[in-house]
Amino acid sequence: MTDIVEVGPTPVVGEGAVLSLRDLRVEFKTPNGMVQAVRGVDIDVGPGEMVGVVGESGSGKSVTFLGMLGLLPRTARISGSATVGGIEMVGAPKRVMRGIRGKRVAMIFQDPLSALNPVYRVGDQIVEMIESHQTINKRAAMARAVDLLNLVGIPQPLVRSKQYPHEFSGGMRQRVMIAMAIANDPDVLIADEPTTALDVTVQAQILEVIDRIRTEMHTAVVLITHDLGVIARVADRVQVMYAGRVVERTDVHSLFAKPTHPYSQGLLNSIPRIGLERLVPIAGSPPNMLRPPSGCAFRTRCVYAIPQCGEVLPELAPHHGALSACIRADELDLKVV
Amino acid sequence: MLRFIVRRALWMLPTVVFVTFLVYIAVRIGWNPVASYQRANPRASKAKLAEYREINGLYDGFFGYLRGYKEWGWRFVRGPDEWSRSIKGRADVYSPLRYAFFNTLRLGLVSAVFGISIGLFLGVLAARRPGGWFDTTVNTAAFFLGSIPPFVSGVVLQLIFAVQLGWLPPAGLYPPGHQGFDLVLMTKHLILPVTVVAIQTISAYSRYMRASLLDVSSADYLRTARAKGISEGAVLRRHGVRNALIPVVTVLGIDIGGLIGGLIITENIFNYPGMGVFFIRASTNGDFPQLMPYLVLIVVSVLLFNLIADLVYAFLDPRIRLD
Amino acid sequence: MTSAIAPGPLSPIIATAPALDAAEGLDVAAHTPGQLAWRRYWRHRGAAVSTVIMAILLLIVIFSGLTTRYGVNEAVLDISEGKNQYLPPQDIAWFGTDDIGRDIYSRLILGIRTSLFIGVASALLSVFIGTAVGAVAGLRGGRFDDIMMRVTDLFLAFPFLVAVIIVREFLGNLPWLTPIVGEKSSVRFVICLFAVFGWMGVARLVRSQVLVLKEREFVEAARAVGGSSTRIVVSHLLPNSIGPILVALTISVIAAIVGESTLAFFGLGPQPGAGGTSLGKLIELSREGAKQGNWWLVAFPCGSLVLLAICINFIGDGLRDALDPKLDSGK
Repeated sequence: MTDIVEVGPTPVVGEGAVLSLRDLRVEFKTPNGMVQAVRGVDIDVGPGEMVGVVGESGSGKSVTFLGMLGLLPRTARISGSATVGGIEMVGAPKRVMRGIRGKRVAMIFQDPLSALNPVYRVGDQIVEMIESHQTINKRAAMARAVDLLNLVGIPQPLVRSKQYPHEFSGGMRQRVMIAMAIANDPDVLIADEPTTALDVTVQAQILEVIDRIRTEMHTAVVLITHDLGVIARVADRVQVMYAGRVVERTDVHSLFAKPTHPYSQGLLNSIPRIGLERLVPIAGSPPNMLRPPSGCAFRTRCVYAIPQCGEVLPELAPHHGALSACIRADELDLKVV
Repeated sequence: MLRFIVRRALWMLPTVVFVTFLVYIAVRIGWNPVASYQRANPRASKAKLAEYREINGLYDGFFGYLRGYKEWGWRFVRGPDEWSRSIKGRADVYSPLRYAFFNTLRLGLVSAVFGISIGLFLGVLAARRPGGWFDTTVNTAAFFLGSIPPFVSGVVLQLIFAVQLGWLPPAGLYPPGHQGFDLVLMTKHLILPVTVVAIQTISAYSRYMRASLLDVSSADYLRTARAKGISEGAVLRRHGVRNALIPVVTVLGIDIGGLIGGLIITENIFNYPGMGVFFIRASTNGDFPQLMPYLVLIVVSVLLFNLIADLVYAFLDPRIRLD
Repeated sequence: MTSAIAPGPLSPIIATAPALDAAEGLDVAAHTPGQLAWRRYWRHRGAAVSTVIMAILLLIVIFSGLTTRYGVNEAVLDISEGKNQYLPPQDIAWFGTDDIGRDIYSRLILGIRTSLFIGVASALLSVFIGTAVGAVAGLRGGRFDDIMMRVTDLFLAFPFLVAVIIVREFLGNLPWLTPIVGEKSSVRFVICLFAVFGWMGVARLVRSQVLVLKEREFVEAARAVGGSSTRIVVSHLLPNSIGPILVALTISVIAAIVGESTLAFFGLGPQPGAGGTSLGKLIELSREGAKQGNWWLVAFPCGSLVLLAICINFIGDGLRDALDPKLDSGK
């Protein structure tokens, strides 16, 4: 296991990380061949740290973590390494995975309305989470569930715990999901697009809840999103993913000030801003993951591409204080418009 | 929730009255009870005919129907002793109806319990590996068996097992002339009819359950449940099947409502003395005093179980509880 | 530094539809939804085989003049030439003969023709009425929709045969209705009878489809451009409902055919007169003779009925798969 040395305000060395992914790959078996959704991802997250994973739809950002936890359909093939607290998850027996899910690694999902079972009371669903990892009697578990609802900022938690998911608003539902996720004090919390389905005003509240949990419970948080604004708000470090690979890894400030990969630059440029006369999209569309382009997958849309870009699959390497998977990172001076 | 139940239950009575009135009109027009009486008793005197009309309230015209329905209705609710007598030999209506009812109930319940539980079980198993060999087999079998109309399977089974092979009795509840209660004999006589009904039931319910479970399996809350680290079996039971049962149970409720009138074909093929045979005979004779109680029973059964199905649905799915 | 301006979407989030289609094995190159549906239909093996079988059957039945060997009431042999009753399948009568020496094979062809006609005619009628009512109910909503749903709910919950027999007697005894629907024992009557039952299932299907489509953006867009309600129904909602409508059609056909056979079983079926017969009638007449072990009387008519049922069901299944692959669970 190689150490990945970070440069930046919060250096995290390989051994200190509570969640470590090394060369994680996920492929899907389809009638037309293997779709390579994730093509070698390395990630380290330390306790109390919030790492953002940014990318567009299809970049593999969610699939990476779903695959790591074994939550993908049977057609998925996962390889590489993913460890939490030293325990290997890839290829682990079902019993081990069940012990990890909900206890060491918890996950919250994008749409809390569909992610919660509509026919069970909210309190009961949290109790289910508690009971699957602790020996505890029903009454104590329910009391704890009410406590958790209180912790995430739900008013009248006792009354609310007896209600059904459809009786909550979107933001409240997401808080319920968070309460459920932290019920067993997990080492890692994976938040898969937690704010995408919510109103902008509510987004800030939810992010605040997640951030509070991170600091109070010292949980490692992975925040998956396609929204750079979310990253800017709460993340410490960020990894940009494209076509199943990490193309840039750095701390949040550096990313916004000076991106070191053309894709990151493109993402930043696409954000509408006041004073901008025209919106600047990234030309082209994401590649077909059945047959991804050789070498750097972004080269088909990159204005800086040169013939060498197609020859070798670029690895992350230090450039300008960040890690970039662009072979031209040193010579390019990428500015944000 | 309670208000919901009470409100729906209160609506039952007027609905029953309304629907039975419609049925009454249909029977009056469709079977022409007076003419049927005359056909059944060609030598009846004018006085007897008038008496028949009087007792059964067979007045003409729309208001005649209303008045007739009211009279008939009062007679009906005053109890079987007040019911008018069949046109054939002035026989009692209540006893044969009761006998037929319980026979059909027996056949229906046995087939339902048998067929539905097997069907649901197969459906759940099939949905675990969609596209797998078990699923394909169950699906194909359900498809083919379900395509066979019940009277075809009835006649064929009867031919093969009763006539040609002689393993099982071809008809009736007991062998002709048998008296008293005999569980073994009854079971032997029930096997073929129950099989015929069960074929349809199993193929229908396995498909319902499978479809419903597959619908549910793409739901996000299953993924959430797995992410909690509970066992796959618990995920299937507590989240998969529990939610998939909701639409299935609704259909089940309605099916049971139609049970006592829905076995006509099977009973007819096997000469099973149930409601179906009762109805066909009453219908062929145009026997008004027999037809009406029979139909009231059917209507009440259908409406009652529709109500129960709605209530169970509300109980199972909190989203639709309207207060 | 700006990247090259291209007429792309505002945000870099771009749908991965091409990838999904490629995963399905379908060429992304210009194919209309109709063409894609056609392809998917033929990939359904059951439906493909059934369509071929039905096509052959239709040909046999339409050209009955050429395919039948005897008239519908013609005995295969003159009584004088020898016993002609209950002959097992043999050279002069491929499917055997019945109690008065008629050729089962020829009668079967003519019977299937009548039954198919009944099935298709009543199904078309059902679909016509049902689509109209269902579309209106779905679009308008309100009390009309409420009432329609409750009425059909109730009707459909009733045991089928009991309801059919009641309606049959009722319709048959209304003198003013007879010129329209025909006599109780006529083919026309039984077609109308099944249409009276069939439209309800279709109406519910169409209504739920309309309810779903009503909320879709293209309807809003049509209204925004000033389309009238009828126009919206005809040009937008109906074409998108073709799927469920076609499936409902197949279900209605087979329900009518089986229903006609069931009615005939009880002697309540259509009597096509001296000139014809129906599948139900054949099965009805077969019961008596069958008790004596003349298996061919039962086997061929019942077998044809089952074959028809299976084929039409497969075709319906294939249509369902072809026209709405999202509903396809577990292939």
